[in-house]
Amino acid sequence: MNEKPEKLIDKKGLRLDGRKPDELRPVKIEVGILSNADGSAYIEQGKNKILAAAFGPREMHPKHLVLPDRMVLRCRYHMAPFSVQERKSPAPSRREVELSKVIREALEPSVFVEYYPRTGVDVFIEVLQADGGTRCASITAASLALADAGIPMRDLVVACAAGKVDDTVVLDLFDTEDKVGCADVPVAFMPNLNAVTLLQMDGILTPEEFEKAVNMAIKGCQKIYALQKEALKTKYMLIGQEEEVEE
Amino acid sequence: MSSLVTRVRLQQIEKLIEKAKRLDGRGLGDYREIKIEQGLIEKAEGSARVLLGKTEVLVGTKVETGAPFPDTPNEGVLTVNAELVPLASPTFEPGPPDENSIELARIVDRGIRESKAIDTEKLCIEPGKKVFVVFVDIYVLNHDGNLIDASALAAVAALLNTKMPNYEVKDGEVVIKQGYTPLPMKSHPITVTIGKMNNRLIVDPWLEEEQVMDSRLSMAINDEGNICAIQKGGTGYFTHKQILEGMKLAQEKAAELRKKLDW
Repeated sequence: MNEKPEKLIDKKGLRLDGRKPDELRPVKIEVGILSNADGSAYIEQGKNKILAAAFGPREMHPKHLVLPDRMVLRCRYHMAPFSVQERKSPAPSRREVELSKVIREALEPSVFVEYYPRTGVDVFIEVLQADGGTRCASITAASLALADAGIPMRDLVVACAAGKVDDTVVLDLFDTEDKVGCADVPVAFMPNLNAVTLLQMDGILTPEEFEKAVNMAIKGCQKIYALQKEALKTKYMLIGQEEEVEE
Repeated sequence: MSSLVTRVRLQQIEKLIEKAKRLDGRGLGDYREIKIEQGLIEKAEGSARVLLGKTEVLVGTKVETGAPFPDTPNEGVLTVNAELVPLASPTFEPGPPDENSIELARIVDRGIRESKAIDTEKLCIEPGKKVFVVFVDIYVLNHDGNLIDASALAAVAALLNTKMPNYEVKDGEVVIKQGYTPLPMKSHPITVTIGKMNNRLIVDPWLEEEQVMDSRLSMAINDEGNICAIQKGGTGYFTHKQILEGMKLAQEKAAELRKKLDW
């Protein structure tokens, strides 16, 4: 696994894992799987396995962080020590601190924070297994956890990355592509509002390639958005069925 | 800061933006005056101070020897750290780096790293064992907005000013010799931050504008005009169109600054 592959795209134009350039990894989403959280979601995107939970609106601690006119959204992105090849120390790394911040800022535009003054909502994200694109999958799951907690939102936030490997712009990079490839552009999006709430990039892209990557990422977002809504509906349809049986 | 006064100011800023004007008289796409001074800290291997309007950032670099990362045995190491020292703003507090200073350091780091500004292969002394480690320490001295662009400029200016010690390897030991050579540089990334306020894009937001704007977009542009790092920040959003507009604006501004700085 540590050997760097020479080519990331074969002669047929397929990627190391057999995907076409604009193909997503298989995505599986479940909503409402943690009984203690007010809302929760689990996502598998390729080998990524991520849990997200939302708590609140609830009393804010410490008290001096309370805001008189709105609720405070807090977010923690954290990777399990066993989630990557070499053990990751459980103490928050600088990367995790930055990601917690950008994920919070990706989710916040979707939430009506002014509806719950003087309260706090906490979103906890645990990456159980990481294989590239964890910040995007985390946002997709965290937004569902917020929705599952019944927090009023303008839209779901969905995220997906695009990037460049060899000379091709590709969708949804996995770990090796991310590390060996030329560039990675994670995008978070609210489809109903045409709003990009997270945009990052590293690597080198020409303006044309960048535009293509953003377009591709947004298309990927729209595909995952459909799965997100499906997952949310599935949970509540199950509840509906259970109630009918009880009656 | 008194919120009553600020509210009035904020409304004023918003009203002006509607008319494509700014409180300090700049146009929406204008930078504040930029002053760069290099080599003012003699004990550092390199240093630079950037004044962006009243925002003031000092960057010092140190070059030491250390071990390379296992996945890049032939390359030197770059470490960027930012300190929002309490004397720079009433809102900065002493203590370990918070998320703002970590984000700032990582944005500057990405701009330098991804544009391959430093020729890290030339920093290798003994593959897999010994390389030069370049520490870039960002010291914010006065916060008047747009710390990202000021810090990124100061970091590159300090790297351009950085001297590497001459050395020779004797019996597997690194012996430092007399004299210095300049740090090998390949690119000069320029980071441009764009703020979004009332659905308009502005360049180089200063402190009070930062409090009204709902989001920012920082783009690092390399010598060829390509994009090498991006970071969106703030609790608002950009539309798809605004991102492409922002990209064009950032490229224009980077080219303009590059000409002025002769990088």
